[in-house]
Amino acid sequence: MDALIKLSGIERIFHLGDSEVHALRHLDLRIHPGEYVAVMGPSGSGKSTLLNLLGLLDRPNAGSYHLEGRDVTTLTPEEQARVRSRRIGFVFQSFHLVPRLTAAENIALPMTLAGIAPAERQRRVERALNDYGLANRASHRPNELSGGQRQRVAIARATVMQPAMILADEPTGNLDRATGEEVMHLLETLNQSGVTLIVVTHDAVLGSRARRQLLMEDGELRHDSASAA
Amino acid sequence: MRAPDLFRFARDAATGNPLRSSLLVLAMSIGVGAVVVLTALGDGARRYVVNEFSSIGTNLVIVLPGRSQTGGFNPGNSITNTPRDLTVDDAQAMLRASAVRRVAPMTVGTSEISFGGKLREVFVVGATAEFIDVRRLSLAQGRFLPTGDWRRGASEAVIGAKIRDELFGSEPALGQLVRVGDRRFRIVGVMAATGQGLGQNTDELVIVPVALAQAMFNSNTLFRILVEANSREAIERAKTQVAEIVKQRHEGEEDVTVITQDAVLATFDRLLGALTLAVAGIAAISLAVAGILVMNVMLVSVTQRTAEIGLLKALGATGATIRRAFLAEAAMLSLAGAVLGYLIGQTAAFLLRQMYPAFPAYAPDWAVLAGLGTALVTGILFGVLPARRAARLDPVESLAKR
Ligand SMILES: Nc1ncnc2c1ncn2[C@@H]1O[C@H](COP(=O)(O)OP(=O)(O)OP(=O)(O)O)[C@@H](O)[C@H]1O
Ligand SMILES: [Mg+2]
Repeated sequence: MDALIKLSGIERIFHLGDSEVHALRHLDLRIHPGEYVAVMGPSGSGKSTLLNLLGLLDRPNAGSYHLEGRDVTTLTPEEQARVRSRRIGFVFQSFHLVPRLTAAENIALPMTLAGIAPAERQRRVERALNDYGLANRASHRPNELSGGQRQRVAIARATVMQPAMILADEPTGNLDRATGEEVMHLLETLNQSGVTLIVVTHDAVLGSRARRQLLMEDGELRHDSASAA
Repeated sequence: MRAPDLFRFARDAATGNPLRSSLLVLAMSIGVGAVVVLTALGDGARRYVVNEFSSIGTNLVIVLPGRSQTGGFNPGNSITNTPRDLTVDDAQAMLRASAVRRVAPMTVGTSEISFGGKLREVFVVGATAEFIDVRRLSLAQGRFLPTGDWRRGASEAVIGAKIRDELFGSEPALGQLVRVGDRRFRIVGVMAATGQGLGQNTDELVIVPVALAQAMFNSNTLFRILVEANSREAIERAKTQVAEIVKQRHEGEEDVTVITQDAVLATFDRLLGALTLAVAGIAAISLAVAGILVMNVMLVSVTQRTAEIGLLKALGATGATIRRAFLAEAAMLSLAGAVLGYLIGQTAAFLLRQMYPAFPAYAPDWAVLAGLGTALVTGILFGVLPARRAARLDPVESLAKR
């Protein structure tokens, strides 16, 4: 089976004044469609940088990134935006909902941006609201929702374009244990339906639920449970 | 992004921060409102003056004694510059001109009018029967001065409405004998009240035959000769004919000034039109100020919404989409401000017209269109920079902002 993600020789260097921060060092990585990957490691080890790169929000200083067989590092910003729109769903630690929009409108936002017809949007939003137990919260604004509900809206939003992969950077970081559990369960259900799931987490317990663990340290991939096995 | 979605998004973003948006709308509306009100005032003044001048009469050619200062310097004239009198005979001669329909010689002066112990100062106009027709005036009572020899005239007078009220109150004025200066006149008519006006206020006049007025003021020369041309097209011809006749009678010297009402009107029209334009320009400056405000407000908005912009990019928005969203917001707010300003301006102009019914304070169409157009253009123009800044934001850094 072809890799969904193929990173080779990735370097990401940040310049802070005179000093250089090597956020990612010579990274090689393959992830296959449908995998469930937990990215772990100490703070500052480059987990978020890796995820941003995978999500085409950032560009590497060196190396190549093939997504579904296509070299995406050389794409124009517009083409990258299109790939983000169709193939990638983000879930953030701090939810990142638009405060003035209702739950339904937040879920519809990626489709609105992609120019999908209102009728189709309506249909998909309704299904997502039902799937995520938000049917009676459709017209609530984020500040009227609990943390768990907000993250469920964010997950609904990340999936509504039916992406190939979901990138979640500490999705339970702002939630209590029970709610975090609930959110992880939702993401895992999505993964079972075939979506590739990549989760950054500090929590070893949550991380161990993934079929594959990546351990980052100082910008390097220290341990990959797939290659160790 | 579809256009309706784009506009809904921009609208929600605008209403999501009411203070910022209302500030912007207010600034824009003040600018547009100022353009509408100030041009209404300027153009109102122009119309007012033009109307007043038109009501003096139509197709008028006006002959004044003496060379006009604007006529250019003529050394031959300046040596023998004792202007001949402009006489009733000159006026009579003008009737020969083919392009002339009517001639109304007039002379003016101040004197006192008294009746039954009441005395007041008046403006006396010496005129002929033609005066009322040439000036398009109307009578309230009685009749005007009779036609006949201009060099003579019965001791009859026509008085203005206000003089009538002050001298006679509720008593009948017609047929009464009054004293003007040291002469006695019989009142034969009363002019219709005209009210305040630039050109045609006759309310405080006493009109007597021109020959008697000349005798009263001991002067041979006329103040003006009003010449009515046959038609609008004949005005220029009447002007040259009249000038030629006077020149012949004055031994070849052009010692009178002949102006046409059209020329006077055109001058005023130009002058006050320029004034309106200047005023509109000043008002437009406030629009430019509003434009700068648009820019600053939108820049603040970009800063405040940095995280949102990062999110939009993560969700697949292109730079162009984000740019359009911010531009649409700036355009919408500017348009709202322009429409509000238009309504405010028109309301203010309406109130002005209510308070001063004689003053036609209507904003000209061009000014309204220019005001609205400038508002939109400045709004969008000054919205470009913030929109571009938003589109260029780095998504990772933006998302990190709280
Ligand atoms: N925009 C930036 N400019 C400079 N340095 C940066 C930037 N972003 C990240 N870094 C640095 O790169 C390194 C990796 O950062 P990254 O955010 O990927 O760590 P992380 O593993 O996600 O940490 P955490 O668990 O705290 O979120 C850190 O040393 C960080 O200081
Ligand atoms: Mg991180």
